[in-house]
Amino acid sequence: MTSPLFSRTITVFALLLAVPVLVVLGSLLTPQPELWAHLLETVLVDYVTNSLLLALGVGVLSAGIGTLMAWTVARYQFIGRTVVQWLLLLPMAIPAYIMAYSYTGLLDFAGPVQSQLRLWFDWSYGDYYFPEIRSLPGAILMLSLVLYPYVYMLARTAFRQQSGSLLEASRTLGFTPRQHFWKVALPVARPAILTGAALAMMEALADYGTVQYFGVTTFTTGIFRTWFGMGNQVGAAQLSALLCSFVLLLLYLEQWSRRKLKFYQQGQKQQEPTRQPVQGLAGFSMLLLCLVPVLLGFLLPALQLLGWACDRVDQLLSPDFIQLLLNSFSLAALTALVTASLALCFAYAKRLSGHWSLVLPVRIASMGYALPGTVIAIGVMLPLAALDNSIDLWAEQQFGIRTGLLLSGTLVALVLAYTVRFIAVALHSVEAGLMNITPSMDNAARSLGESPVGVLKRVHLPLLRASVLSALLLVFVDVLKELPATLLLRPFNFNTLSVRTYELASDERLADAALPALAIVLIGLIPVILLSRALDRSNRGAT
Amino acid sequence: MKFWQKSLVAAALTAATLAQAAEVNVYSGRQEELLKPMLDKFSKDTGIKVNLITGKPDELISRMQSEGRNSPADLLISTDVGRLYRAEVQGLLQPIDSKVLTDAIPAALRDPKQQWFGLTKRARPIMYVPGKVKPEQLSSIEDLADPKWKGKICVRSSDNIYNQSMVAALIAQLGEEKTQAWANGFVKNFAQPPKGGDRDQIKAAAAGVCDIAIANTYYLGGMFDDAGDKAAAEAVKVFWPNQQDRGAHINISGAGVAKYAPNKAEAIKLLEYMVKPESQSWYAVTNHEYPVVADVKWSQRLESFGQFKAEQLQLSTLGELNAKAIQVMDKAGWK
Repeated sequence: MTSPLFSRTITVFALLLAVPVLVVLGSLLTPQPELWAHLLETVLVDYVTNSLLLALGVGVLSAGIGTLMAWTVARYQFIGRTVVQWLLLLPMAIPAYIMAYSYTGLLDFAGPVQSQLRLWFDWSYGDYYFPEIRSLPGAILMLSLVLYPYVYMLARTAFRQQSGSLLEASRTLGFTPRQHFWKVALPVARPAILTGAALAMMEALADYGTVQYFGVTTFTTGIFRTWFGMGNQVGAAQLSALLCSFVLLLLYLEQWSRRKLKFYQQGQKQQEPTRQPVQGLAGFSMLLLCLVPVLLGFLLPALQLLGWACDRVDQLLSPDFIQLLLNSFSLAALTALVTASLALCFAYAKRLSGHWSLVLPVRIASMGYALPGTVIAIGVMLPLAALDNSIDLWAEQQFGIRTGLLLSGTLVALVLAYTVRFIAVALHSVEAGLMNITPSMDNAARSLGESPVGVLKRVHLPLLRASVLSALLLVFVDVLKELPATLLLRPFNFNTLSVRTYELASDERLADAALPALAIVLIGLIPVILLSRALDRSNRGAT
Repeated sequence: MKFWQKSLVAAALTAATLAQAAEVNVYSGRQEELLKPMLDKFSKDTGIKVNLITGKPDELISRMQSEGRNSPADLLISTDVGRLYRAEVQGLLQPIDSKVLTDAIPAALRDPKQQWFGLTKRARPIMYVPGKVKPEQLSSIEDLADPKWKGKICVRSSDNIYNQSMVAALIAQLGEEKTQAWANGFVKNFAQPPKGGDRDQIKAAAAGVCDIAIANTYYLGGMFDDAGDKAAAEAVKVFWPNQQDRGAHINISGAGVAKYAPNKAEAIKLLEYMVKPESQSWYAVTNHEYPVVADVKWSQRLESFGQFKAEQLQLSTLGELNAKAIQVMDKAGWK
């Protein structure tokens, strides 16, 4: 089969990435009966219910929005479609907690909307009902608005890759377009949609900023409360381990739901499924429909940020700020490359051998996505520092020299933490793509004398272009927004945009935080636009 | 020597002097904006370079702990006393003998074992809406548990360290049982489930959601400096509770020298620099915090909040009682 060196190297990498998650799971070995008795008696039920409801709500809502948008854009040709299809990606450039801050600013009792209503109707507090944004439903809405692009991106690729012959077949069977959607297109795209929804749910489980600001008590707020408030790091890690079990359940459900699903595109390049032209009012209302998530998920919060930032524009060109931009951008780009390449290797090695020694560590490392960044950061920091310290001790005993900290407090630690945290995103994206390539294609290529690496390079990569680009984009944007691991692991005097935003926002200086937040959004836009154009091209080229 | 040889030697010499140039590594729980200007001034005055990482204090403590004897940290700065206490208990700090520090800082605001030192005071009074509440109706924090305040109080989540410290202080002074009874009553008086930060509580009071907000004074001060929040800030007044008995609740921001500090002398220099009158009044003006050093002039804004009597509690107790405070709040149903 595969060359042993390749698969062994890959296994070592996978194990390395699994270490931080294992460190967290290892905490279960130190029982904390008192803490758990207290938690059970008081807050644990709240944590579990809220976390589950949050994840479920975000999963359903983002899958709904994402699929609807993906279908509209993939199947219909209407006015403004070419622009709207990448506009729909924009919300993911906005960090969820920034979204929460700006919506609170808009909709809170003291905000412009309610103040205006009171002015118009001469109401005062208690006279009228207004939905409370800082609540569990509010948190679900905020997170879904920034997370639906995961579903959208994967589903759109999936819908576009469904060959025209599928549609022809269902027409021959007398299906209406609606029946075609429910009975053919949706089931075939289901793996992609579920993958997107699972990612959104994991991200929702790991969210801290939004739920904390909204006063919703979830597992993550509980983890921080136990750790920071009670000073019980082991207890916090145990709560995290419990969170991991949710994710395992989620991953299992995802696998189970597609246990019998194996769809491959048969045959050679089909004609691209033509989009059905929709003109006039109908076309215009489709455009409006697609603009709703863009408006709610991007324009409104961005305008609110802009409003806050406009009298601070002079800071924009300060050398300090440009350094922030550079740091954020290069870190995100580097991590995206590393993570996407690793994901490609993992997915491919798994396809080749599927041996448990590889699958298991990859699976464990994937759980990192649902852990709060801080927990991952600790999981990276502890083993790295232990390694550094034992090298230092050994060198001192052997040669009388101190080596100090070699890896801790360097960018290596930071990139490692990001990779653990986001490998799941890249992996899901790449695997969803690989699944669409029938194994007979591998076999054909191998029988024609290609090596496994050759198959990857000359057959899979061209076909996987869209998926790999999605992986790059998702990781890039995620790293750009990432805060907790950056905060904890960064080297001296190293700042990023998200750190700056957080520092100001956590001091409740939202107006000052708006400028760096806006910059995160803007830098996030660059790859979103570039890559969505590339995606379009590869969709056109490689359906 | 040829030109390039000379340049090489020159470069090597510069590198050597650069390497020898004094520096100090700071792990700071206080955010960069509220620290950097002073550090820059310190560097200018002393020629000591300052390297900085900011973050959440507990995470920085974890980082110091895992780095062990190789930790580059010289000075740990925290925005509350609980974390300094935690660092001390974990053996991450070392005692510092400095007459400058002991002379400048009152004994209650520094560690009895000299491992950490208070640098600024942060007060957490009652803020009320004049017209709805008369100051005569207010007296103490204990009184806010009285049913007459039902539906009238805004306070943020118990996740927040300032609330945790406030309750820890109550436990230290009233005992756990009485504090629990107080918390149970206090929570029943909330106007809404706790959400948002301190500023949000003040804004909610200004908007009519509640009559009383609990918040740290520097948030109120900051709102006066922010065009968008100024109106809300003007709508409330500060009331100093417990003036007849133990005094209003305060916390400190402070710092301690790391146990394995590679640049101990420089770290002490920086600490001493921070209690200089100029530095102390800089804090007061920039972030509306109260100086720890006596007879340093307050900012006009702080003056406008009025003089007050503060709790005389040994602050290290707040750290000891923090976990207990959380359990009390959990039991009271304080979200």
